[in-house]
Amino acid sequence: MFKIVSKRKLNSTVTMMEIYAPLVAKKAQAGQFIILRVNDDGERIPLTIAGFDREAGTVKIIFQIVGATTALLNIKNAGEYIQDFVGPLGCATRIDGISKVCIVGGGVGCAIALPLAQKLHEAGAEVHSIIGFRNKDLIILEDEFKRCSDKLTVMTDDGSYGGKGFVTAPLEEAINSGENYDEVFAIGPLIMMKSVVAVTKQKKVPTTVSMNPIMIDGTGMCGGCRLTVGGNIKFACVDGPDFNGFDVDFDEAIVRSAMYKEFEARACKNCNLLKSEVK
Amino acid sequence: MGIQPKKNIMPVQDPSERIHNFNEVALGYREELAVAEAQRCLNCKNRPCVEGCPINISIPDFISEIRNGNFEKAYSVIAESSSLPAVCGRVCPQETQCESKCTLGIKFEPVAIGRLERFVADYHNSNSKDTIKRHTTINKKIAVVGSGPSGLACAGELAKKGYQVTVFEALHKVGGVLIYGIPEFRLPKSIVDKEIESLKSYGVQFKTNIVIGKTITVDELMEEYSAVFIGTGAGLPKFMGIKGEGLNGVYSANEFLTRANLMKAYANSSTPIMQAKNVAVIGGGNVAMDAARTALRLGAENVYIVYRRSMKELPARKEEIEHAEEEGIQFELLRNPVEIIGYTNADNQRDNKNGYVKGLKVRKCVLGEPDERGRRRPIEIENSEYVIDVDCVIEAIGTSPNPLIKNTTPRIKFSDNNCIVVDGAGKTSEDGIYAGGDAVTGAATVILAMGAGKAAAIAIDKYLSKANK
Repeated sequence: MFKIVSKRKLNSTVTMMEIYAPLVAKKAQAGQFIILRVNDDGERIPLTIAGFDREAGTVKIIFQIVGATTALLNIKNAGEYIQDFVGPLGCATRIDGISKVCIVGGGVGCAIALPLAQKLHEAGAEVHSIIGFRNKDLIILEDEFKRCSDKLTVMTDDGSYGGKGFVTAPLEEAINSGENYDEVFAIGPLIMMKSVVAVTKQKKVPTTVSMNPIMIDGTGMCGGCRLTVGGNIKFACVDGPDFNGFDVDFDEAIVRSAMYKEFEARACKNCNLLKSEVK
Repeated sequence: MGIQPKKNIMPVQDPSERIHNFNEVALGYREELAVAEAQRCLNCKNRPCVEGCPINISIPDFISEIRNGNFEKAYSVIAESSSLPAVCGRVCPQETQCESKCTLGIKFEPVAIGRLERFVADYHNSNSKDTIKRHTTINKKIAVVGSGPSGLACAGELAKKGYQVTVFEALHKVGGVLIYGIPEFRLPKSIVDKEIESLKSYGVQFKTNIVIGKTITVDELMEEYSAVFIGTGAGLPKFMGIKGEGLNGVYSANEFLTRANLMKAYANSSTPIMQAKNVAVIGGGNVAMDAARTALRLGAENVYIVYRRSMKELPARKEEIEHAEEEGIQFELLRNPVEIIGYTNADNQRDNKNGYVKGLKVRKCVLGEPDERGRRRPIEIENSEYVIDVDCVIEAIGTSPNPLIKNTTPRIKFSDNNCIVVDGAGKTSEDGIYAGGDAVTGAATVILAMGAGKAAAIAIDKYLSKANK
């Protein structure tokens, strides 16, 4: 059992938790993920590591309530326990040789983009961050991004805060205005990453994306997390989760991510507890 | 009275019933049947069956004890060699091992050694009140990586010798392939749990949720433990590399079985699994049979085994093939899959069937000359393609070893196909580090993995005893 040390609501659907897991905290690096189960007959879900404190032995996770399991996790409070917590899994994000970077985060993906921005900032790189949300109420981690970015652009789809529109607009503008990024990192919904890559591929700016497909074991056993990258099958859990954005078959990944949509909808609908929570 | 020429028949659940449940198919011998079967053993002098057993159980001795009604004594005989008799009695391919060597088998059906082993183990598990706690007697710690058959066999053997053994498991539950892979109807999980409880009584410690190669490296283990055994098992599933493998409804057998077995997706758990109407399973091994029969129990109307060669070359255990046939699994033999066809409604992007499997295109084959392994090579017949209507395709064509340890402990020698290289006793290129099971051999059987785990335990004991002097 793993103790929830702290819990903070970031917005109406996104929650941050710190979990006491010293072995994971000791090895965790930006870009890696963990797998957890909330209770004994729960499903295994992957969550990218949003931060860690090696001395305190804690790992930070930030999750959006998207289905039954995340809703169940959100009901737990600080001081309570979750059943399983394993990691760190996957490969750390590679940042060597990068002196100027643009980090593009979308929605809850910003939670994963943040430790990367911090790591690059600490390594002395010039960090430009573009973070996008549906509206003002859903903005998370703005102050944290401010602290580690040389330049921060906040976008909302409806224009209720910051710039109006998608993250791709300021990114394209920056590249057009001559910002020479060594690398662009895009972390967020699949459709956002696909759109970012559409911009950067045309401008020939190397782009890394962080994939978060459906997984079970997360250790390279089941093959459920496979993606087509450069025409070959790759496994996000051991080959990723970072991939060269130019090579990822996003359309396939988008269809695969929706494989259990109906099941998820049913699971949420059937559970009274979740119904009341989601309200 | 002459010798009964045929094995005593194993009582089984009726096929028409069992396809609707996940309960065990084979029900096991009762005492009378076991004694009657034991009486078929000739107790011959040269004991060829023992040679046929990868862990060399004293087969005629335990059968003699059954004949005399000493079932607990029979168990003690088996326990000297095996850490997991209830498992082996169920999943070993006896027809190619012990039973293939049986002298009686020259003229008649061999003695049903596997069924007798299972009987003895089950008898012990339900009757023994043996709760003796053994204590470790040797002040040396050994780490076992992976809690599948090779790890459990290695841990059991070392614990019996008195070592302090800790088994590390990446998943949340102990048992490896016995838990995530082999279905409940073939190997009830309560049996595996019991075998693990018995290892715990020998002092073996289990730590779940620790991925060696990630959470802790092998090198870090070596700082704390006198020796390490790596039994990380089968790794990444192989895919055929044909068009359409990214479609929804395409599973590796590992994923399909893990969802069903480990995550209990059949029992209304929170883990989803596709409940397909028509399912094609590609491959002909035990894993393919397991996947096919699981799909059937999840409610499929038609389940096909699609295999490139003929019935004769099917690598699965005979009993599994028979059970599958009885249950109505359809065998599409001499068929090579060439493409998985997906549903696309070009007029409606939002059609929720878009991106899902709708068929498997196969090409007919004939058998040609034997290949280097002696198996006749399938040769495709031109223009013989047709499509099998399915909404789910499960690929059970093998695995390649898990890459995590190779990535973090490159000093251990690996073969070109990423298997760990070991000597005859299971030692890797590094002192104190041993390995066995699928991580060494590539996909093989439970009993071969157990044999390797046991052999490595003996080698580790020798190595540490020598180091002591």
